[in-house]
Amino acid sequence: MQLDDLYRRVIMDHYKNPRNRGTLSEEAVTVNLNNPTCGDRIQLQLELEEGIVKQARFTGEGCSISLSSASMMTDAVRGKTYDQAIEMAEKFSSLMKGEPVEFEEYEDLEALSGVNKFPARIKCATLAWNALRKGIDSKS
Amino acid sequence: MNARELREQFPILHQDINGHPLVYLDSAATSQKPRQVIEAITRYYEQDNSNVHRGVHTLGSRATDAYEGAREKVARFLNASSTKEIIFTRGTTTALNLVASSYARAVCEEGDEIVITPMEHHSNLIPWQQVAKATGAVLKYIPLQPDGTIRLEDVEQTITPRTKVVSVVYASNVLGVINPVKEIAAIAHRHGAVMVVDGAQSTPHMKVDVQALDCDFYALSGHKMCAPTGIGALYGKQSLLEQMEPIEFGGEMIDFVDWQDSTWKELPWKFEGGTPIIAGAVGLGAAIDFLEEIGLDAIHHHEEQLAAYAYDRLSEIDGVTIYGPREGRVGLVTFNLGDIHPHDVATVLDTHGIAVRAGHHCCQPLMRWLEVSSTARASFYLYNTEDDVERLVSSLLQTKEFFGHAIG
Repeated sequence: MQLDDLYRRVIMDHYKNPRNRGTLSEEAVTVNLNNPTCGDRIQLQLELEEGIVKQARFTGEGCSISLSSASMMTDAVRGKTYDQAIEMAEKFSSLMKGEPVEFEEYEDLEALSGVNKFPARIKCATLAWNALRKGIDSKS
Repeated sequence: MNARELREQFPILHQDINGHPLVYLDSAATSQKPRQVIEAITRYYEQDNSNVHRGVHTLGSRATDAYEGAREKVARFLNASSTKEIIFTRGTTTALNLVASSYARAVCEEGDEIVITPMEHHSNLIPWQQVAKATGAVLKYIPLQPDGTIRLEDVEQTITPRTKVVSVVYASNVLGVINPVKEIAAIAHRHGAVMVVDGAQSTPHMKVDVQALDCDFYALSGHKMCAPTGIGALYGKQSLLEQMEPIEFGGEMIDFVDWQDSTWKELPWKFEGGTPIIAGAVGLGAAIDFLEEIGLDAIHHHEEQLAAYAYDRLSEIDGVTIYGPREGRVGLVTFNLGDIHPHDVATVLDTHGIAVRAGHHCCQPLMRWLEVSSTARASFYLYNTEDDVERLVSSLLQTKEFFGHAIG
């Protein structure tokens, strides 16, 4: 088990310089999720209009894996239709199961493939994606 | 005592994890089991297994003797005055829930008070929240000093004649602090309240005498003291247990069952509905034998020294914050390493074969009090040595370097 498999440069970059960290207007769909086993928490806000994820922003506390995953997710789903975003979430789940998955449009996500070798950390990586699913479900 | 020799008796400790010899620093979550405990359980299943309190046959008698023999060991271990005062439970959580659901719900009325502290584990907090919600009682907290200790003046201030129950952890699973439960019990009694002690983290590590503490209830978990999971005990003063109603009903706990009404067995069996955790009790008895052979005072002394050593060595690392006082603690050190998230710290340590806990340690209110979202914790037991602390320190330095490069 190599640490570099988990903590890739691109992950550390998202951790250090999170994209889309912050809040949206009150009209945005807001999802609060936490990971009860460790205390990590995320507030995800989604601007959902006409079947499109226009904007996604997040705040919260967490480890490098959960925060970098939130950073990537909010970037990756911007401009996607609900179906495309959910499909991406499905692909991300496959990635966490160790299946070979490619994210042509947002390759950074592939850096999280190493999490699969650290089973205790999978929940960290999927927290933001679960929030996304919940947000879109509430709208559709 | 010689920790190096004792290690030999714990088969699990002799393995490599991720290419490094295992350093197990998570005994506050659950301790490892010595060979003699594992063998006692195996022997029970291979030679004596049967149901208890009902078989006319030989195995039934052997199983009953083994189960009740374990109860005698627990009673002697805690210095209870009778085996009637020892109820076997699943662990501390079940024991505390039994006191809350049976005793507290019956005695608390609207406006009465239940007093606890901010350092309680969820298992000594939520049961009382539930009692308060159901009865209209008020849940009050004894304030903590900045170092996490309790002042008796604050106990005096918090407990009033309306207080019905005071429940305090003997040794904190986060701060490591040992609380003055004997003195708190005296104050509680002066106001007519009962004193409940959460002994999950104290019982494995120090001599406990429930009569000297003069507590009314004392809860413990076997799995933190070399016994298997799934077995624990509640000590309760006989006079209180006599007046309490069972909360689980069924086989084993009844005396006479009629169409519309039933009566209960005498203590302690009226609280032990269903087939009990017989092999677990046998394992707990074997664990008590093991701990008593070493001596609880010797174990406490060893861990005190190890905790002080770890406290000092970790303090030397730039950026480390340690929670709780240096003195008067059990063998655990809870800390954070700069702004590196404890999950990340624990993952790096794991790749070096070192097992620590990261998270809120089932103490979310205490995390808020400490103003952190989570922490890392290294906890020691009789099989840990200063070498383990050195491995931890060296791995933490590497963690810092790794994240320093990666982040900074």
